[in-house]
Amino acid sequence: MNNITALKELLYKIADDQLIIGHRNSEWTGLGPILEEDIAFSSMAQDKIGQSEHIYNLLHQLGEAEPDTVAFTRNAEQFHNSQLTELPIGEYDFSLLRHFLFDFAEYIRFGNLRESSYQPLAQVAKKFYGEIKYHTMHANTWIYQLGTGTQESHDRMQNVLDNYWNTALGMFEEGPAEELLISEGIFMGEKALRGKWLEVVMPLLEKSSLKVPEADTWEPIVGGRTGKHTEHLQPLLSEMTEVYAIDPSADW
Amino acid sequence: MATENNKTVDSLDPRISRAKISSGETSDMDNLVHFQTYEVFHQKKRGAQHQHVGIVHAPNPDMALLYAKEQYARREQTANLWVAPSSCISATEYADDDIFSTTPDKLYRNPATYKVMDRIKAFKERGMKSTDQIEKSPH
Repeated sequence: MNNITALKELLYKIADDQLIIGHRNSEWTGLGPILEEDIAFSSMAQDKIGQSEHIYNLLHQLGEAEPDTVAFTRNAEQFHNSQLTELPIGEYDFSLLRHFLFDFAEYIRFGNLRESSYQPLAQVAKKFYGEIKYHTMHANTWIYQLGTGTQESHDRMQNVLDNYWNTALGMFEEGPAEELLISEGIFMGEKALRGKWLEVVMPLLEKSSLKVPEADTWEPIVGGRTGKHTEHLQPLLSEMTEVYAIDPSADW
Repeated sequence: MATENNKTVDSLDPRISRAKISSGETSDMDNLVHFQTYEVFHQKKRGAQHQHVGIVHAPNPDMALLYAKEQYARREQTANLWVAPSSCISATEYADDDIFSTTPDKLYRNPATYKVMDRIKAFKERGMKSTDQIEKSPH
């Protein structure tokens, strides 16, 4: 595997994560719990889709198809997003916890990518670092509110954490070129990312009175990075690409 | 309350249909009474004044800051935001607004009308240093 193939593999999983979670979170638009939160969550969903476009553009520069083509014409098994991002929005407890777990991972990932030896990627990472930092502030504020709020809010957050922790760990599924990415200084690798993520999210969850499941029960649910997805991804793609499928030249 | 009305809203928008929103009365204002309003102040650049831009509705200052960011710093250049509970604001009474009634007459208090402004402007235009001699203004 050469550098370019390794780099593309990395870029696809980053962009696909952002596009899919962005689309999922946009499903809350008009349905958010209160007006201000509805706007905040929608705005961040839009941010994610904007970030993905920048990464798809980097892929385009490396010879892949146009961003719209890449985003709207692939099937589920051609997507590299982690399974966490594709699950239905569920109740707000799940969507918020996913937002928390995902955005801290992305924040640390982009923090590292700012130093990437691949300059175009380092530039994109620098550009979006602050935006993603705000996403983590939003997520953490909510998790703290609900984790330390009422018995009901605490129990609901704890329940979601227990049920989806292993899916979240699947975000750090290693790719076929980890060593190459690390040795070339492109990215620190999924293992290191997971370690740093745990160092950040575990104390925050604890501060929010939430307990991470015991380490001996951790079994990352992987597959997303190699195109193995839950039954939820294809319906999302069908809905997301509906207009494009009717008229690929439609402009809006 | 919504005992008879278990029908859910059916919409062309799949998100709405998926949400299974009851078509009956669903709002429960009692759950929102602990929310308060916060006044939001926006600063464009470091060193500039914070300017009042509006309010947000939030349960506490942390959440109010998040919402202020979305509501008032989403499009504009921003250096900093303040929020303060609306209940902390003391205000004059509109009934007493006659205390301001003669203010528009007191143009002499408005520095824009000072004759010296012409000279300051001319000074700036010439890009002079404060130690330079300025010619007497024709005024």
